Amino acid sequence: MKIFIKFDFTQFCSKVIDEKLTELGIKYRMMNFGEIEFLEIVPEDKMQAFDSILTDYGIEKIENQKVILVQKMKDTIIDMVMNANENINVKSSVYLSEKLGHSYGYLSNLFSEVTYTSVENFIILQRIEYAKSLMINTELSLTEIAFKLQYSSVAHLSTQFKNNTGITPTTFQRIIAKRRELNANKN
Amino acid sequence: MKEDYTYVVLADDDEDDRLFFSEAFDELKMQTKVDIYKDGVALMLALNKSDSILPNILFLDLNMPMKSGLECLKEIKTNQRFKDIAIAIYSTSASEEDIEDTFVNGANIYIKKPNNFNTLKKILSDVVTMNWQYHTNGLNKDNFLLRL
Repeated sequence: MKIFIKFDFTQFCSKVIDEKLTELGIKYRMMNFGEIEFLEIVPEDKMQAFDSILTDYGIEKIENQKVILVQKMKDTIIDMVMNANENINVKSSVYLSEKLGHSYGYLSNLFSEVTYTSVENFIILQRIEYAKSLMINTELSLTEIAFKLQYSSVAHLSTQFKNNTGITPTTFQRIIAKRRELNANKN
Repeated sequence: MKEDYTYVVLADDDEDDRLFFSEAFDELKMQTKVDIYKDGVALMLALNKSDSILPNILFLDLNMPMKSGLECLKEIKTNQRFKDIAIAIYSTSASEEDIEDTFVNGANIYIKKPNNFNTLKKILSDVVTMNWQYHTNGLNKDNFLLRL
């Protein structure tokens, strides 16, 4: 005889964690799924017992605070690029370190370690990507886009665009336009 | 969600180019897995199997017998299943016509095959890193154009 089952993974994990933490007598609160807040200090031996239970069930504790911090850096940078005109005069290094409460040296080393790229390159990439979407989705001219993204001139934007993508903004626009035309003809 | 390596596939009919390509990847810092096909027909046969593992980046030589890189590209672009694959053209040609034509047909990257090995390593490293940024940051792949 065969039967088929279907299970709710989230419910299953929550239940396992709830049972085990109650068993160990640890007071906790389940935040959005995936985040657990302990309401009191957990003794080392209980924490180890909990860790080994998690491992048995194939649940992994994310120890990596670094990854979380890098994600916060990325979010901050993207926000900074999208709202460029609101924080004039603040250098991105100063802005990041103030916002996240770590020295820029620490942050930039960490960033390179985790993402295979530097903070500077990531900022450039995000600005270029934003410029691309403005070119395609709005009527803004290249001059207006350069201004909006805080480039000192159109030439600066064009040079950075070319260095980053290997093509000029004009070629980019032409290719995307032709692609759309091609796809429209197919349909 | 464990994706700690980039899966790379190349189709190229030139034996030397295939060899350089896989050696260059052996020496890269990023984790990669590389599979290589000798021509477009073998490549498409493998991709079209319903249980095939799809590459993150597919490198296509343009001039191949039987089925050219451009033909492969067009075929891939008609299949929804392949929509997440980044396509890199890997060619000796640097004619503006070839470049624009392949971009318009949906290629993301155009690489002119370099003459020296160190340049090749640098280029492939740039490609994998850039693709990684698009992949991990949810950037719009339709806007991913890179010429090296």
